[in-house]
Order: sequence, then structure tokens, then C-alpha cells
Amino acid sequence: MTLADMQFVVPDLRLASAEIVVLAMACLVLIVDVFVQDKKRTLTFALIQVSLLGAAVATLLTSSGQILYTFNNMYVGDLMGDLLKLCVYVTVSVVLFYSRGYVNDRPQLARGEFYVLTLFATLGMMVMISANHFLTVYIGIELLSLSLYAMVALNRDSVTSTEAAMKYFVLGALASGLLLYGMSMIYGATGTLEITAVAEQAFNGQINRTILAFGLVFLVSGVAFKLGVVPFHMWIPDVYQGAPTAVTLFIASAPKLAAFAIMVRMLVNGLLIASADWQIMFLILSVLSMALGNFAAISQSNIKRMLAYSAISHMGFMLLGMVTGVVGGDARFALNAYSSSMFYVITYVLTSAGAFGMLTLLARTGFESEEIKDLAGLNKRNPWYAALLMMMMFSMAGIPFFVGFFAKFSVLQAVVAAGYLWLAIAAVFFSLVGAFYYLRVVKVMYFDQPVEEARVVAPLGVKVLISANGLLVALLGVFPNGLMWLCAYTLSQSL
Amino acid sequence: MLTLSHFLVLGAILFSVGVVGIFLNRKNLIVLLMSIELMLLAVNMNFVAFSHYMQDLAGQLFVFFILTVAAAESAIGLAILVVLFRNLRTIHVDDLDSLKG
Repeated sequence: MTLADMQFVVPDLRLASAEIVVLAMACLVLIVDVFVQDKKRTLTFALIQVSLLGAAVATLLTSSGQILYTFNNMYVGDLMGDLLKLCVYVTVSVVLFYSRGYVNDRPQLARGEFYVLTLFATLGMMVMISANHFLTVYIGIELLSLSLYAMVALNRDSVTSTEAAMKYFVLGALASGLLLYGMSMIYGATGTLEITAVAEQAFNGQINRTILAFGLVFLVSGVAFKLGVVPFHMWIPDVYQGAPTAVTLFIASAPKLAAFAIMVRMLVNGLLIASADWQIMFLILSVLSMALGNFAAISQSNIKRMLAYSAISHMGFMLLGMVTGVVGGDARFALNAYSSSMFYVITYVLTSAGAFGMLTLLARTGFESEEIKDLAGLNKRNPWYAALLMMMMFSMAGIPFFVGFFAKFSVLQAVVAAGYLWLAIAAVFFSLVGAFYYLRVVKVMYFDQPVEEARVVAPLGVKVLISANGLLVALLGVFPNGLMWLCAYTLSQSL
Repeated sequence: MLTLSHFLVLGAILFSVGVVGIFLNRKNLIVLLMSIELMLLAVNMNFVAFSHYMQDLAGQLFVFFILTVAAAESAIGLAILVVLFRNLRTIHVDDLDSLKG
């Protein structure tokens, strides 16, 4: 390369305007927060909400409906990314509203760091969603993970929180190592790190299949770690239980969307040629997750840990859609299958945010509301909250006419269309096992005697928000077509 | 003469030592952090070897990013370790057992 070749071309910054807004605001909040005297950090909180709103506006304004690349093809803007990013903004914003009361009651958490780290984690998710290069994927994952490690340890006097943070850190670093090792092998096999170029090289057949398959195993393991499916699930229960509920609420919601995005980018956009290989890996991971997640959840007494195992089983169920995309080299059903997975993950995030949001609201100063028995008689104390939590539980269990039912139904449709009848039957069986522990929570809320009489008070705005969340879970179950169409349309414009 | 496969085998050995170190080590959390570093360095070795072999700079650029992020990662890891030691007064892996179920 001569000097004349090394001209600096300004990349198209408009595509990344949402990321730029969030980064600039995160830096601004870091400075402003130093001068905030207010114990409740109202200004910091408001600034974070403004930056999420700004990011949403930027995403909507720059959304063109085409697939556009910038930064030397390292970054991609397409409709799937835009939809997932909008879901991330909404989720993060709602999550912050839910956790506000919880955070303000606890001086360890009520600091600017909580908000700034949330914003940086959001930026990491946005980078992951728009990544078209292994380097971008890696940077996004690390930005998200490093923020989350710190957030889990934010409650630094608590033994469980710091222990959870340590476990999360070690296993997360191991996952990054596996992912990187996979990336290095795929780089060796294809000679490029750009995801679309990997697909081209693989399509032209100028690759070393052995090295590619070897790299793929590590890549899939890394992604499985981030999604939290068996046998890479060890961190999920410990982190969900040990982290402060407000942080659990965050970890259990938006990052799933980003993990889904990198899975689609790397495996579907990049390595569809090796779909036969990664589908069989996902098939095993998926069946194991549904089995272990649902059976292990039954014996839990801590509701956060129970929901953690439930998250494992849900991610396993979501993977079923990825398993059934290409059947015997025929990709006719691919769009249908992947969009059912996307629908599943979006609705799961909605339900999970509602369920953990409710737990966050039920906790008070000096009381965490972490055990299932703490919910006893909730119906007598707060009938509306009990009803909302019941809706979340019904939706997660897949009881008809809640959104979880349609999510499961559309994934199963894809599975049956691909000819895996036994897999559909196994999935239904494991869901039935799962229904047991969700219904137990409902039973405890409605039929057990309350151990205490204290009613839960939440600000009106939060009450409206969580009611809307609950009603959305119910309404989307009756009218799922809009969101279903949106997932299918954005995917068809992006793959 | 050193060929590409020599470097890849060395990379694989280093990576395996790192992974085995994470799972077998029951004593000291700091050894765990060292194992993680070893894994990342093994990956760097792979990238540099492929990059040199294919005469493509992208792999070596990636290594710079991995090194930088690994530094940030160690910082966070050590910070969590310090906080953990304050609470537990020990850094034995076996003593991390308050979360179970």
C-alpha cells in the first residue's frame, strides 16, 4: 500500500447517528452527574430518558428500508436492526422507570453510575445489532458485558451480588474467549472478518471447510453463552439471583434482543452455507435447555432463580426457530422460521420485563420480595398487581390468548413445517412441565394466606406503565398479526 | 521451517491450557484471571499467524482491539475481586458458594 492509497474517506455518519447520540449523551451524563446534588438523581434520570428518545428519533429518521453499509462495511443499517433497536430503547426506558423506586430506596444503587452504565450497555447492544464485522460484534459484546459486570457488583456490600458479579465475569470472559477463537478460525478459513464477505467467500467455495466447521463450533458456543442456553447456562441462575432486582430486570430483558441480533448476523447472514452444521448444534442446545430449564425451575423457592431457569427454557424454545430454517438445503421456510424466532424473543422480552418489573415494584426498603412465598396473598393486598403478574405467568406458560401462546405456536408451526414432528411434541411436553411452576406462583398469589398486610405503593406513572405492559401481553395475544407481520417484513428486507 | 500449522497448534495448546485452568482451578481467583488472559493471548496468536500467512492486515488490527479490551476486562475483573475480598475475606474459588439451587 502506498501513501497515495491511504486517503481518509469520511464514512457515512448518518447511519450511525443513533449510536453517536447515545455516546455523546453518555459522556454528557458522566460530567453532569458529578454536579448533581439531588439524592434521587432526577436530572440524570431525565437525561437518560431524553437520550433514549433522541436515539429513537435518530433511528426512525435514518431508517431507509434498504440495506446500507458504512465504516468500510463494518456497520450495517437495515430494517431488522432498526426494529430491534427501537425495541431496545423502549425496553431500557421502561426498565428504568420500573427500577427508579427500587434504586432510590437503596443508597448503594442510587448513584449516577447506575444510569451511565445502563446507557453504555444500551450503546453496546446497538453496536451488536448493527454489526457487520466480527470486530464490531466483539466490541459491542464487550461494551455490553463490561457494563453489566459492573452493574451486578454495584451493590458492593452484598456478598451475593459480588459473588454473582465474579461468576458472571469469569464465565462471560470465557464466552468472549470462545467467540474470539471461533472468529479467528473463520478468519483463517475465509480470509476476511467482514460478515457479508465471509458469506461471499463461503458461497464461492474458496474456503477450508474443516477449519470453518472448527471455528463454527466455538462461534456457536460463544453465542449460546450470551443467550444462556444449556450447557452454557451456568451463569444465568446465579446472576439473576445475586444481582439487585433492578439490575436483574435489565439483564433479563434488552440484552436478549442483542444476542438474537448477533446470532442472525453471524450465522444467517454470514454462515448460512454451513447451516446444516449449526442447526444440528442448536437442535441439541435447544432440547437440552428446554429440558433442564423447565425441570430445574420446578424445585426453586427463589422466584428470581425460578425465572432464570425459565429464561433458559425460553431461549431454548426460541432456538427451535433457528433450527428449522433450512431443511435439506431448501431455504423456503427460512424467513418464516427466523421471523417466528424474532417474534418469540421480542414478546419474551416484553413479558420478562413485566414480570421482573413487578418484582422490582414489590420490593421495598429492607425487603427484597425474592422468595415465591413473599408473594403469598398478593391478591388480597394488591389485586391489580396480582392480576398483572398472573398475566405474565400465563403468557410465559403459553396459555392460549396470551402472547406467549402465539409465540410458541408460531415457532411450533415452523418446526412442523420443517418436518420435525418429534421435536414439536418434545417442545410441547417441556412447556407443559413448565406450566406447573408458573401456575404455582399464581396459586400462591391467589390462594395462600398473606404473611403481611403491607400494600405496595408505586407512583402513578409506573402503575400506568406496568398496566400497559400487562395489557400489551394480553392484547398481543389476541391480535398478534401486526407484530408478526412486522417481524417477517423487516427480516425479509434485511436478509 | 515454521509453518502455519505450528502456530495454530501452539495457539490451540495455549487456549486449552486457559480453558482447563478455568475449570480445574479450585484455589485462587487470580489464577482464574490469568487463565482468561492466556485464552485471549492464544486467540491473538491465531490472528497474527493467519494474518501473516494470508498477507492481510485485518487480523493484526483485530489483535490490537483484543489487547485493549482485555486490559479493560482485567481492570473490571480485579475491581470485582477487590470488592469480593472485602466482603468474604478470601479469594478461594470454593468459597464462592452462597448462590445455589
